[in-house]
Amino acid sequence: MNLKKYRYYAPEFFAFIALLTLCLLLEWYSLVKFEKSFISYDNLVINVARQVSLNAIIACGMAFAILSGGIDLSVGSIVAFSGVITASLVKNHPVAPGWAGYSVAIAAGLCVGTACGFLNGLIVAYTKIPPFVATFATMSVARGSAYVFTNGTPISGLPAAFNEVGKGYLRLTESWRIPIPVLLWLAVFFACWFLLMRTRFGRYACAIGNNVDTVRLAGINVRKVYIKIYMLVGLCSGISGVAQCGRLSSGQPTAGLNWELDAIASVVIGGGNIAGGRVTIFGTLIGALIIGVINTGLNMLGMLYYNQLIVKGFVMIIAVLLRSGLNRES
Amino acid sequence: MPDLEKRSDYILEMKDISKFFFGNRALENVHIEIEYGEVHALVGENGAGKSTLMKILSGAYSKDSGEIILDGAPADIATPQDSQTLGISIIYQEFNLIRGMSVSENMFLGREPRTMFGTIDSKRRNEEARKWLDRVSVKFKPTDLVQDLSSAQAQFVAIAQALSKGAKLIIMDEPTASLTTKETETLFDLIRDLKSQGISIIFISHHLDEIFEICDRVTVLRDGLYVDTSKVSDIDKDSLIRMMVGRELSNEFPPRMALPGEPLLEVKDMSRQDVLSDIRFHLRKGEILGIYGLVGSGRTELVRALYGADRRDNGDIALGGAPVEIRSPHDGIKHGFGFLPEERKLQGVILGMSVANNVTLAAMDKITRYLMIDEREELKNTEHFVHSLNIKTPSAHTVVQTLSGGNQQKVVVAKCIFTDAEILIFDEPTRGIDVGAKYEIYVLMNELTKSGKSIIMISSDLPEIIGMSDRVLVMWEGRITGEFDRAKTPLSQEAIMKAAAGEVAA
Repeated sequence: MNLKKYRYYAPEFFAFIALLTLCLLLEWYSLVKFEKSFISYDNLVINVARQVSLNAIIACGMAFAILSGGIDLSVGSIVAFSGVITASLVKNHPVAPGWAGYSVAIAAGLCVGTACGFLNGLIVAYTKIPPFVATFATMSVARGSAYVFTNGTPISGLPAAFNEVGKGYLRLTESWRIPIPVLLWLAVFFACWFLLMRTRFGRYACAIGNNVDTVRLAGINVRKVYIKIYMLVGLCSGISGVAQCGRLSSGQPTAGLNWELDAIASVVIGGGNIAGGRVTIFGTLIGALIIGVINTGLNMLGMLYYNQLIVKGFVMIIAVLLRSGLNRES
Repeated sequence: MPDLEKRSDYILEMKDISKFFFGNRALENVHIEIEYGEVHALVGENGAGKSTLMKILSGAYSKDSGEIILDGAPADIATPQDSQTLGISIIYQEFNLIRGMSVSENMFLGREPRTMFGTIDSKRRNEEARKWLDRVSVKFKPTDLVQDLSSAQAQFVAIAQALSKGAKLIIMDEPTASLTTKETETLFDLIRDLKSQGISIIFISHHLDEIFEICDRVTVLRDGLYVDTSKVSDIDKDSLIRMMVGRELSNEFPPRMALPGEPLLEVKDMSRQDVLSDIRFHLRKGEILGIYGLVGSGRTELVRALYGADRRDNGDIALGGAPVEIRSPHDGIKHGFGFLPEERKLQGVILGMSVANNVTLAAMDKITRYLMIDEREELKNTEHFVHSLNIKTPSAHTVVQTLSGGNQQKVVVAKCIFTDAEILIFDEPTRGIDVGAKYEIYVLMNELTKSGKSIIMISSDLPEIIGMSDRVLVMWEGRITGEFDRAKTPLSQEAIMKAAAGEVAA
């Protein structure tokens, strides 16, 4: 077979090994300390996966931005903005009763997210403003809009039926159930994987991150690709925002604060190159799970949230160090 | 200085200098001697070894063998710092100045005068700078920002900086490339002035007229070998050109078999302000049209405008008699142009992606079914090219970065052909490629034209232009100054060189 191809996926492989190692360590600790298994369906899917799902959805979009050599800092603010729009349409201005109305509200939330992404894409494609700065500005605008729209107070008391999008389960049997956010994550994961591996759009995004001049000379409309990339990130953030709204039973203008950091961390820990040109969706999934397992594990160890932030920072440095070390060898 | 007596007739002697890159000769047993207070020209075609020799002198490269004698004493130059300490300064084409800083800040970067507190003494620095700037007689102030200066003025700053470091020998690499005629005159006045102060200058230029105007002696290199040194007053331009190109064309090139057919492409009145003016030419089916010109003559700009990669102010492009509109590379590809750019690694290939991904990049619609990439189709097409162009790669999935330069270039050719291009624009197709691979590229070009494709080839390599082209256009300062048809008269290196130096051919 093709050894080169295997070597290409080495960073993902190592991330996967790291994830397994973490799980086994925690399994051991958990068995000794609590006489309870860490590696169980309930813990990994209901607990860890659900906890990271909404951020992992954003990470899937972020993967494309980073792949193309850019970044999107506005994702957390888009979560809030699209969330409060959805919440408002569900509660204060229902277009229709029941799920008909919810659907419109959800669609509106997704549209708001995509529109914010479109704005990012326009700036990146048509100006020389770097993505870092463009999305930094949008981050402020979207967050501000969420505050203005809600006057700074959460839109709470959403109907229980709607909250299912964030809190609910798909019940397969009595004991087997999948959280809705995890299902959303899987759907977004497969869609993004397909986009990256099987469509021209994914190929172009990767090519742009490698060498934009060559792509331009190949007659490809680079601007269009940029706009699509940031619209995709916006859409993912919108999906996440709507689900977060259900999870919190309210539209919070403070939702998604600092989420861009975890999304970027997922991509990088999963083996993506922060400078662009090489990112995988599968690696991003692993990266998100590693973050989830670390969070859960540190909780289990009884570590305070504040200390967890410090640990997470170090993990990221180690992940990137390992990666650049790998690069130098090859 | 205790020893005021000259220990030698020469300030610099370089003896038997050799330098090989991966077994390829860059220099072999080259020698050059520079007298005190002399302006010495160093000439030769692109790739003759001028830059390598100067880089050895300035410490950027290390020599494989040979000896450097400075002021009569053997000099050991291992780093650029060494050469500076020994009083050698090189003024590069792209001046090593920081645009956002002032003239004096640049001149004393890293050796700023300090106050008693250890902070930078700007006042003294500006005074010092003023002193040296006066010596090159310029009007601007030490506090002016470099970005506000013209390129001529920036060059004067670089020279003043060299003098302030105690330079006795200044190397000027194509100093007039970006200067106007008037600025060139000012520079020459300065050179004469420096000369009278006993400073020696090595002057590298493609502009032969300048050599006859300002230089005392000239040393000619060719293919990494020493040809001759002579007094400028003893020779004329024709003999100088003969020395530069002297070699006979051996069987470096496969014989041209293809016979050009009827005219295919017609370009009229193409222009772009300050870059191209009044460009008109045609291209016949199955023809290789060579475009020769010195760096900055507008050849790359011309083909980029043709392909749609650069804008143009005017210009009608007609294919088979029908006018076409080309405003972007997308238009160019649509109308059957394929472009192999000069900077292979920066613009030709995507180094981090596979051979297959590179080959199909510009025509992905051909391998897309129902919005999905058909990877089997992609592989099939790539393998076809790997076979027909003889691309040496372990597999179609191999990352292009790991291929040799010649094979990377073939990947770019495959990419162009996969877009169904009929007119292939090759900008320096063999630059940075070793000799054997060059021959393969030439054979490939012959086969392409035999199959009915037409090629526009830009090259700085005169033998290559003559060995491969059916017809040659020569450019100088954005205009076409000569057209030579092999079917009418044999292509002459001298005539092409003259046209490239701005003499309009009869």
